[in-house]
Amino acid sequence: MAHSEEFQKLEGKIFTKSFFILLAVVLLGFFFVGVRYVKGIGAVSNMSDGYPWGIWITYDVATGTAIACGGYAVAILVYIRNRMQYHPLIRSAILTSMFGYGLAGFSVMVDLGRPWNAYNFFIPSKWQANSAMFEVALCVMAYSTVLIIEFIPAILTSIEKSNWERMNMVRNWLHPRIAPDEKTMNDKLEMVRLGAAWLKPRLNKVLIFFIVLGITLPTMHQSSLGSLLLIASTKLHPLWHTGFLPLLFLINCVFIGYAIAILESIISCYCFKRPYEVEELSGLAGLVPFVTVIWLCVVIGDLVYRGQVTAALRGDFYSGFFMAEFLLVAAGSLLLFFKKLRRSPRWLFVSASFIVLGGALYRFNVYLIGFNPGKGWRYFPSFAEVMITVGIVALEILGYKVFVALFPVLPNAAGHGSKQHKKPVNQAKPLELHPAVAQAQLKAAIKNLN
Amino acid sequence: MKRQSRRDFLKLAGATGAGLMACGAGSALASDGPHINNEEMGMLYDATMCVGCKACMSACKRVNSDYGSLSYEKARFDSDGLWDAPSDLSGSTRTLIKLFKESDKRWSYVKYSCMHCQKPSCVSVCPVSAMTKEPVSGIVDYNKNTCIGCRYCQVACPYNIPKFQWEKALPQIVKCDLCKNTNLREKGISACAETCPTGAIRFGKRGELLSDAHARLKENPDKYMAHIYGEHEGGGTNHLYLASMPFNKLGLPDIKPEAPAEFSEKIQHTIYKGFIAPVALYSALCFIAVKNMKGHKGPDDGAAHEKEEN
Repeated sequence: MAHSEEFQKLEGKIFTKSFFILLAVVLLGFFFVGVRYVKGIGAVSNMSDGYPWGIWITYDVATGTAIACGGYAVAILVYIRNRMQYHPLIRSAILTSMFGYGLAGFSVMVDLGRPWNAYNFFIPSKWQANSAMFEVALCVMAYSTVLIIEFIPAILTSIEKSNWERMNMVRNWLHPRIAPDEKTMNDKLEMVRLGAAWLKPRLNKVLIFFIVLGITLPTMHQSSLGSLLLIASTKLHPLWHTGFLPLLFLINCVFIGYAIAILESIISCYCFKRPYEVEELSGLAGLVPFVTVIWLCVVIGDLVYRGQVTAALRGDFYSGFFMAEFLLVAAGSLLLFFKKLRRSPRWLFVSASFIVLGGALYRFNVYLIGFNPGKGWRYFPSFAEVMITVGIVALEILGYKVFVALFPVLPNAAGHGSKQHKKPVNQAKPLELHPAVAQAQLKAAIKNLN
Repeated sequence: MKRQSRRDFLKLAGATGAGLMACGAGSALASDGPHINNEEMGMLYDATMCVGCKACMSACKRVNSDYGSLSYEKARFDSDGLWDAPSDLSGSTRTLIKLFKESDKRWSYVKYSCMHCQKPSCVSVCPVSAMTKEPVSGIVDYNKNTCIGCRYCQVACPYNIPKFQWEKALPQIVKCDLCKNTNLREKGISACAETCPTGAIRFGKRGELLSDAHARLKENPDKYMAHIYGEHEGGGTNHLYLASMPFNKLGLPDIKPEAPAEFSEKIQHTIYKGFIAPVALYSALCFIAVKNMKGHKGPDDGAAHEKEEN
């Protein structure tokens, strides 16, 4: 499973102009996070007792994790549907999932009123299996860990092949008195390198079980994100309050996941000036409409079953948002039915954007727009509240940019594009060590140090 | 190989889908009936007897301010801070009297505080059991030492009772606990009921309160709306109401007899019964994935890719 040559690092500088712009946005967001911890949530947000969940939960958690479902959707395709040709897409999808989920977890800690009590999630006597929130919290924590494990091979490859240029640069930059001895440092770094070479094949052997766990966990918590609102039967508008919420959220995250994998690949190819992965993308895009059609059918069927079709067509505030969500998804899927459009990066971008927007709007409708706690309550996010969310998103993009430069994440462009994976099969790999050799060398290195 | 896996996938998708369908349909099936415990503690508030003196509000704050983290709320006109003047239930106020005035002749006071549901939504949704329902007294209690401040209880409560301290750096949820740790422990009655000068708030067991309410309705059918609010609402509540005006006008929402928590728990339990479905899903996926991987485990991975392409 060591598809290391399938991926490559992005050449180029890390500290570009966009890096510093993003950094400024991140810092502004974190300033408001600081204010929130000193002066309370009310000081930065417009949330109230009627709208106890604002955009931090609606966007960062409920929508953000769906957008981070690229890793989930592509993993289903590659490992369960056995389409290995999509494997080149998986690492960048997993990386975005990792950031999406990690930062969703972070914004939950901003949103929680009493985060110091969060350890109660690990105390069995406090567990409350009736709560969808409990299920979501444990699953999201477990899934974030699984994502990190899934990403470790990329880091190990990177360590294994490293010349430690940056490390040496830092050493040379330090004052000679505090800088470690060059030989000692190099010996230790060599040990790290050998350790990575030793660990990688062992991790690869069990990795598939983590990957499958990484498919099971999102299935559970994405449906539970829908279950969260089941209880709000008197507050959520009947257009959206249905027993099928878990199923709708599950299907919704799958098509958002595929669409976002397409978008992400197109955007990163455009920004990093790499050739578009048209083959993979058009194949992927061909799957999306089937998933969305199932979703649209469940939505319509459920509305008919509960007699809410007239409410959907009434033309008021709620029906407007419902139609927007429905039509965006439907229009995006319709475009993808045409083979010709599927092969054009421009149209792929347009239709995938429609689907992501529509799918995300559905989640906003359920969590905020269709949520009415009663007379007299109103909610619109405050500037500081929005900036915290924007800061977190900026951190996500920043992290992605740094990671693709440090680790082999993006599909290898060489021999890509026209006919995929024309890798020379038996080419010698100069820097990759046989694990047994690595282990022997590692032992010797440890002996030397003692 | 490929075709095989597709069939597996479809089978699996079908099974999962069917499972989820079943749970959706499950909600349409009849529930196992409401199980109401009339031995639990509660209060009966008779709006026609209330004179709006707000003695209950001040008693509540006096008794519970330390334990319940309550504080006085200044009104905008009151620069000296002479009065406690909350405009709604809030992070510093557990109970509140309001006046609803339709015309000079038609008006009514109404008291807000926790309804102490028979099947409380807040208890059902709290992820760390910070909200609990005492099995004997039926009091819905809040423990700030386990609460993580997720505010799911606020989303879930159909009466909008739990309140959050938005302006505090170390906030907590505030709601009535029938003076469980203060007045009820010392004197056996909640502070508001003890203080009420007109007897508009009666404290006691739910069954007794209910029969009292029915008797009052029978005696004065013209005076009251022919309905005891809380008898059936949301699976029944221990805080009951009698009033001369429609309850939804007094800010008490129309709620179906089925407890919202029954509905959500039924679906959640169907999906996660005995944790069988997740384990089954994991094993099935493992089986498929490992089988798929075998097709690609050659001496070199590149070779596997070439095979796949053909």
